Amino acid sequence: MATHIDMKQPILDKNDRLAEENRKLFAEKHVFVLNILASPGSGKTSTILATIEALRDEFNIAVIEGDIASSVDSEKIKAQGIAAVQINTGGACHLESDMIKRAVDVLDLDELDLILLENVGNLVCPTDFDLGENAKVMILSVPEGDDKPLKYPGVFQVSQAVVLNKIDTMPVFNFDKDAFCDHVKQLNPNAPIFPISATTGEGVEAWAEWLAERVRAVQ
Amino acid sequence: MHELGLMTGVLDAVTQSAVEAGATKVLKVTLSVGEMTEAIEDCLTFAYEALTEENTLFSGSELEIHMVKPRSRCLDCGLEFDHDRFHVTCPQCGSPATQLIAGRDLRIDSIEVDIPDDADPAPAKGAPAAECA
Repeated sequence: MATHIDMKQPILDKNDRLAEENRKLFAEKHVFVLNILASPGSGKTSTILATIEALRDEFNIAVIEGDIASSVDSEKIKAQGIAAVQINTGGACHLESDMIKRAVDVLDLDELDLILLENVGNLVCPTDFDLGENAKVMILSVPEGDDKPLKYPGVFQVSQAVVLNKIDTMPVFNFDKDAFCDHVKQLNPNAPIFPISATTGEGVEAWAEWLAERVRAVQ
Repeated sequence: MHELGLMTGVLDAVTQSAVEAGATKVLKVTLSVGEMTEAIEDCLTFAYEALTEENTLFSGSELEIHMVKPRSRCLDCGLEFDHDRFHVTCPQCGSPATQLIAGRDLRIDSIEVDIPDDADPAPAKGAPAAECA
């Protein structure tokens, strides 16, 4: 006999439940977790290094690196005397909450104030996967072009802030900063945009202060 | 966006519910998918067909997908409005302070399953079995 069964169950139930567990743990330990989304080569790691430089005197920071392969990024972080855990997904194009749970087991959360999560370089897939973070931030670099918000609306919409990196290269690329900001504002009117150069340090202070305010708020 | 992975999760969850209910066949699976997620309807359907091809529990079953339009509530003037993913400010007061109330869904709403009717009661002891015509 045909029977109707209501389920009302999230498809990403398993990931989302683990993400909530992560979230509760981070809140208990007063650790602010930032999920950083961006294309490969946009400057995620460089921005993380610049952020560490700006905030390490005030906060104890650790980094979780997500890549398909290699420990190139985590080695760069460790070279600065900061704890870094490297996740190799082996092919998965985004981090999921169970990977974060395992990575966090290796860290001493009692000693930490801020965890920077460098997601796998990808403007699409990480968007829909909750990791238990406090906030998502996306980095767009000038060489990628000012039309990316039109092409990848999702990542701009889920981010609480947008970092525009490599502003020192603007003279070389045909990047219309006003058009870019308009596109972002259409999709996400509340997200501040921070133009920076992670390598020269320009603009990093304003970005770091935005983050610092939020980290202080969970202490 | 990983429709194959998403659909594997759907089939696992549906199989569990169906088996718990004592079903021998799944007739229909109904999903809600928000237009603001990265999941694509055609790819979900394709993934469902590919994954259920050799699965007898699902053979002949139907997948119904409700695409959920984005809907937001303005936190300033209270208006609830439908929109597309590119236009999120309040059409009434222009405020950017809006809260998304639908459009990012990724949900199994319900299933239709076939649960075998109870078997005919066994004849009372000692009574002759009915003769075949």
